[in-house]
Amino acid sequence: MKQTINMSDTLMARINELLSHYPADKKKSAMLPVLHAVQDAHDNWLSLELMDKVAEILEVTPIEVYEVVTFYSMFNQKPIAKYMLEFCRTACCGLRGGENLMDYTCQKLGVKPGEITPDGMFSVVGVECLGACGFGPMLQLGDNYHENLTKEKIDTLLEDCKQGKVNLY
Amino acid sequence: MARKILLEKIDIPGIQEYEVYRKNGGYASVEKALKTMTPDDAVEQVKASGMRGRGGAGFPMGMKWSFIDKKSGKPRHLVVNADESEPGTFKDRFLMHHIPHLLIEGAIVSSYALEANLSYIYIRGEYMWIFKILEKAIKEAYANGWLGKNILGTGYDLDLYVHCGAGAYICGEETALIESLEGKRGNPRIKPPFPAVSGLWGEPTVVNNVESISTVSWIINNGGDEYAKIGVGKSTGTKLMSASGHIKNPGVYEIELGLSMEEFFHSDEYCGGMMDDRPLKACIPGGCSVPILPPQYLFKTANGDDRLISYESLADGGFITGSSLGSGGFIVYNDTACIVRNTWNFSRFFHHESCGQCSPCREGTGWMDKILYRIETGQGREEDIDLLWSIQSQIEGNTICPLGDAASWPVAAAIRHFREEFEYHVRFPEKVKDRNHFVNEPMEKVRHLLSGSIASL
Ligand SMILES: Cc1cc2nc3c(=O)[nH]c(=O)nc-3n(C[C@H](O)[C@H](O)[C@H](O)COP(=O)(O)O)c2cc1C
Ligand code: SF4
Ligand code: FES
Repeated sequence: MKQTINMSDTLMARINELLSHYPADKKKSAMLPVLHAVQDAHDNWLSLELMDKVAEILEVTPIEVYEVVTFYSMFNQKPIAKYMLEFCRTACCGLRGGENLMDYTCQKLGVKPGEITPDGMFSVVGVECLGACGFGPMLQLGDNYHENLTKEKIDTLLEDCKQGKVNLY
Repeated sequence: MARKILLEKIDIPGIQEYEVYRKNGGYASVEKALKTMTPDDAVEQVKASGMRGRGGAGFPMGMKWSFIDKKSGKPRHLVVNADESEPGTFKDRFLMHHIPHLLIEGAIVSSYALEANLSYIYIRGEYMWIFKILEKAIKEAYANGWLGKNILGTGYDLDLYVHCGAGAYICGEETALIESLEGKRGNPRIKPPFPAVSGLWGEPTVVNNVESISTVSWIINNGGDEYAKIGVGKSTGTKLMSASGHIKNPGVYEIELGLSMEEFFHSDEYCGGMMDDRPLKACIPGGCSVPILPPQYLFKTANGDDRLISYESLADGGFITGSSLGSGGFIVYNDTACIVRNTWNFSRFFHHESCGQCSPCREGTGWMDKILYRIETGQGREEDIDLLWSIQSQIEGNTICPLGDAASWPVAAAIRHFREEFEYHVRFPEKVKDRNHFVNEPMEKVRHLLSGSIASL
């Protein structure tokens, strides 16, 4: 899949700021923060070309970037849905009805976990504990947590997404 | 009302903001330490406090600090562990969200004690909104002269940054965290050397939990001896508990160590007892890595003493009848919960999070995940229970980092205390097909089915 690469001035300014947090000879340390910034600015996924670009910026070999991208769950190597609903599937949320709500959302959207709706708008995925166990069930959408979920809250959230009222970052 | 140290000021309106935090006594410990104490004095105060690391292992913080290599002359670092990924634990996030400057202040004083000039807060990538809160707080601290060059004219320089992870539980393990901070995969290192000698970029490094570092300002302001008066025995001070599951009031609570389990569990100030007044089946007192306890060992030890929330009391009885304070992730189960399903859920978690470096952990967690899934969904075999026991016993102690142990203990404890549930799953597969089997028919109602066949075991 081809990705349009746009290393905008804002993005480069952010990258340079991040690089300034590490000693000049330790650029590689900025790997995770830089990958986050680059991914956020590119529809939330990282193509090989984009990873190569990051390698260039950090002055490391491309394999050093691939190694990292494949290790961490927050980096996506394929295009993803515009709204990826990441449900916590770990036990504490489960005790409060997390599994039932995830099923409900899948049924409502007509997808299985991991699938993207045909219009590319939504996907539902199960992720591990997000540190919201006392406020479960919960899901993450973009940078935001949605906690103490109910069916009604999910209905409203999906509606808001459809109307473009939801900010991801 | 119980004694509060970390959450004392949390209800002050606007305490997230620098101005309000400062007006309410914030950053006093930085003034006190930098102007009136040597770094070693500060280390001594922390030693005297008896404070034990709040990340899970409970290692005395002052002692860890005294191991940092100051002789080699290499640059030193403090790295605050804000990776918080242990299922059941959400206290660090609560603290950073509600009173971010407390952590920044603690990190400055701690860096001074360690004579570090470049320190980091490593936060899990999913906490991106807290990352932003911390970035803002750090900016404010720079703008007001608490960070940067020649702080308060004392000649002490410190740069502090927040660094984000990207979704990997293993990066909470301190050496994996350091690898990750170096821009690599989160593979734990073989110890020794310990980070205090060779940590970030091969330089002496101390890694401490958010809650640990947030406590340091109080210790500096009030003295280590004062801190040591709070709590019980070698469990000094207060602890944040993250309470979740089938209780009335899930949330984050600060308790004085030594509080009785009875009070924490039943008092309306804390958990408030069971949700919907259903019977209690089990409780995990310290995050998903520590042994699960049945009710008879939750409120009393095997000797019949009251169980207290302290490192010693929770560990009383070892892993046979006790557990561990761990991270303070307190998870409560009522009679509708399935222990097999819960154990499978945690095994799947550890399987997912294993970094894959050592075969006992990589293969063993996968194997346990598979077998537990099989049992939970009614496809288990009688011999699977002993097989599980044997696998967990072979992982424990045979791996590079403690994730292997953490994956074994919950399985061992579940079989030890709830073996009948495993047997029920194996014997009556048609009854567990629906994942809500105990919602429909709790174990109490079906236990009699087992009694006839137990002899053939
Ligand atoms: C698999 C694993 C995950 C861990 N996760 C965390 C964590 O999320 N936060 C944390 O503070 N400590 C975590 N620890 C413990 C750290 O390795 C380290 O002991 C701790 O950060 C030291 O801080 P403390 O002495 O203040 O507790 C983890 C350990 C292991 C083995
Ligand atoms: S025990 Fe597991 S997580 Fe730890 S180093 Fe070995 S494989 Fe990795
Ligand atoms: S179990 Fe769901 S956030 Fe922790």
